[in-house]
Amino acid sequence: MPAVQETVDRVKEIDVSEYKYGFITDIESDKAPKGLSEDIVRFISAKKNEPEWLTEWRLGAYRRWLTMREPDWARVDYPPIDYQNLYYYSAPKGTAGPKTLADVDPELLRTYEKLGIPLREQEVLAGVQERRVAVDAVFDSVSVATTFKDELAKAGVIFCPISEAVHSHPELVKHYLGSVVPTTDNYFATLNSAVFSDGSFVYIPPGVRCPMELSTYFRINEQNTGQFERTLIIADKGSYVSYLEGCTAPKRDENQLHAAVVELVTLDDAEIKYSTVQNWYPGDAEGKGGIYNFVTKRGDCRGKNSKISWTQVETGSAITWKYPSCILRGDNSRGEFYSIAISNGRQQVDSGTKMIHLGKNTTSRIISKGISAGHSQNTYRGLVSAHRKADNARNFTNCDSLLIGEHCGAHTVPYIEAKTSSAQFEHEATTSKISEDQMFYCRQRGLSDEEATALIVNGFVRDVLQQLPMEFAVEAQKLIAISLEGSVG
Amino acid sequence: MTAEITRINTAAESKLIELFGAAKGGVYSGASLDREAAFARFAKSGLPHRRIEAWHYTDLRSILRDAYAPTVAPTEDTVALARTRLAEMHVEGTRVVILDGYFQAELSSNLEQPGVSTRSLIDVLGGGPSGVIDRLAVSALEAQESVLSLNAAFMQGGAVVSVAPGAVVETPIELLFLTSGQRAGAVTTRSLVEVGSGASAIVVERHEALGSAPSQSNHALILSVYDKASLHHVTMSSGAEAATQTVASIIANLGADANLVSFALVTGFGFVRRQGFLTFNGAHAKGDLRGISLLDHQGHADTTLVVTHKATHCESRELFKHILDDEATGVFQGKVIVAPGAQKTDGKMMSRAIFLADGATMYNKPELEIFADDVVCGHGATAGFLNEEQLFYLRARGIPEKEAQALLLEAFAAEAIEGVGTDAIREVLTESVGRWLRQRQD
Repeated sequence: MPAVQETVDRVKEIDVSEYKYGFITDIESDKAPKGLSEDIVRFISAKKNEPEWLTEWRLGAYRRWLTMREPDWARVDYPPIDYQNLYYYSAPKGTAGPKTLADVDPELLRTYEKLGIPLREQEVLAGVQERRVAVDAVFDSVSVATTFKDELAKAGVIFCPISEAVHSHPELVKHYLGSVVPTTDNYFATLNSAVFSDGSFVYIPPGVRCPMELSTYFRINEQNTGQFERTLIIADKGSYVSYLEGCTAPKRDENQLHAAVVELVTLDDAEIKYSTVQNWYPGDAEGKGGIYNFVTKRGDCRGKNSKISWTQVETGSAITWKYPSCILRGDNSRGEFYSIAISNGRQQVDSGTKMIHLGKNTTSRIISKGISAGHSQNTYRGLVSAHRKADNARNFTNCDSLLIGEHCGAHTVPYIEAKTSSAQFEHEATTSKISEDQMFYCRQRGLSDEEATALIVNGFVRDVLQQLPMEFAVEAQKLIAISLEGSVG
Repeated sequence: MTAEITRINTAAESKLIELFGAAKGGVYSGASLDREAAFARFAKSGLPHRRIEAWHYTDLRSILRDAYAPTVAPTEDTVALARTRLAEMHVEGTRVVILDGYFQAELSSNLEQPGVSTRSLIDVLGGGPSGVIDRLAVSALEAQESVLSLNAAFMQGGAVVSVAPGAVVETPIELLFLTSGQRAGAVTTRSLVEVGSGASAIVVERHEALGSAPSQSNHALILSVYDKASLHHVTMSSGAEAATQTVASIIANLGADANLVSFALVTGFGFVRRQGFLTFNGAHAKGDLRGISLLDHQGHADTTLVVTHKATHCESRELFKHILDDEATGVFQGKVIVAPGAQKTDGKMMSRAIFLADGATMYNKPELEIFADDVVCGHGATAGFLNEEQLFYLRARGIPEKEAQALLLEAFAAEAIEGVGTDAIREVLTESVGRWLRQRQD
């Protein structure tokens, strides 16, 4: 039966263990010794030549972290993490502030090439300048190449590694760092505050519409390296920025910890659109290896009429623990969350959002699409709350789950808290499998099971895909197909 | 990394320890259920608090400031009080009277009738049969719910109602829980209703206070609905509601092709926690849980449900309505679990809340936990003010605002009453809702 054999081969070909992006780049790196202590925190701080206040800030977070307990409420299951068995700092060697692409290690460029970077950041890195995407490439822990800086500078936009911003714009960093996600926020955010390595810093001055989409490329490379990114984006009055974040990581046997923190601040009339495509190594078919993705992402709509929109496509990581949130503080502010979370193999996803309505006439919208296949567990966990003074708060939530196969799980845990009578909250959730009728209809028209599934799933997630910037949408659609292949037939 | 934190007992918890010590060997002796072990389990975990997910919005540990001593067994005076009240009430079928937590055979009517037999909980615990005692114990659930341990430790009485296989009992069986309300006290009861294979019955659980002394009650009701059996269960309460604190647990188990409708009406401004645990053990069963909560002042009503589908082809429906006035707080938590293999499950859950005043609060937490792929499950939750356009429409036709509100609210609540019990029961429920709405207007 050649058809069956073909399917088997095909499935084998795209088996999760054959992770397409699994490879290791050999470049020398500069590491701190294993483990975590005040000395390591000081070491990281000193390495980056940080001012005294930041060192103290890190130490404060570290001391706080020692008193905290790892959260266990999420529906994820993993062996205890030995925090003393991790490296907390690793920087590719000889990258002390490269100013031009020529300074970038050619090995790095080859890495990007191998990744088949969807956004063509690679071309950007290689000097093809007609693409209007600025990249602050993060290779392991240190930003090694920043492009388009000059053009952005003309518009007054600051887009640089946060370690650089500490020196070039200390007043901004000092004012905003930790103001959305305080150092005491949660276990992983506190850990990040103590040891954060690097990340992007964006400041859009008043009234400026950022001339291009900003993008950061994350990549965890060095073995045993936790990556602790810290991103801070500030949109000043009346400004707009769209920020893209995409990730792939090389194959590993040991689990890698990633505890990033992203802070967004919008002032009056400003808007930030933050899009993520996350495709880190999910572990092999038995669930071995894979990234632990424990991320704290939060946006603060601090000003009137401001808006923050999160869009995410989560297909990778062994464990995802991620709740991009919006604090709707300013009157008339708006928060949005669009999410596609796909889990296959042994992946565990616990993701969702928080919409905290504090100001008057604030609105929020949550569209979450979860797809679980294989032996994975996919949980939506979200909070919508309106406080006493949040008159006329409005929320609409829709979370749908799709189950493929009988060994996976899909869970929905929404918390809806209305403390003002003028709030109007609507929440709906459904869970189902792809209906036989739909499959039959597609098959009748000559589509294979897999093609039919991909088609139906793409329809299922369309609402969210539409929110993605063009380049990402194309990549995301491809990713969805790749992630789900092998789950049927 | 962090040391185990020792829990310090609250005043209420210390009081409970003291009360249990004092009561030991007294009225509670002679039962085959190990009260000591139950209390030890309670003492270990203490009262549930907000860190326990199922009690997130109802922090019993801080709500319960004091624990009252158990109510004493009925005296001549309280029995006389109950008799006066009973004389006003019409009775047709079986009526079980539980006064201040104690089963009262002489106040009850038709305890034995064709197809129905009723015994006192304490008698059953003392003399078996052991199968019934096992079903009364709900030990697996007790491990997670310390209020059930507390219930086991302090239970004063209750009824064990058995509907014989195949019996069709058309007259509702009434479980009447009266509290004399002359002195502050705690009432703890546990009851079991078993509906045999192919049988059908209607059970009306009615709670009434005859006085206005503050009370704390902890009721547990176990419903076993066997294969092809059908049960409608309706709970309502009336009377003085001033300082009442109630925790009521319903544990329902459904066999194959069984059918259960359970409805609860909560009104007033006390503290009420109603928790329901519905488990589908056999295929093709249907379970339908409904409720209306009408709350004002600083009333707090929490409905928490755990619906577990263990068998295939079952259907679960939940519909809960909250109307919240003044500074009342409504909580709805509903978890639908579809166990691996429970294919073809059809689950729908809906919680709707309407605010009538600015200070009101509604917490909704509908949850889905699904481990089987061929299912259709959904939930919805809404919270908001009455529809302005509908109000406008009515007012444009000359209906005063409050009346227009009442009309809309009545319609809002009516949906949850549809199909519950008998016509007479639905009438009583509709009337109760109407009364609450009218009292609001005055």
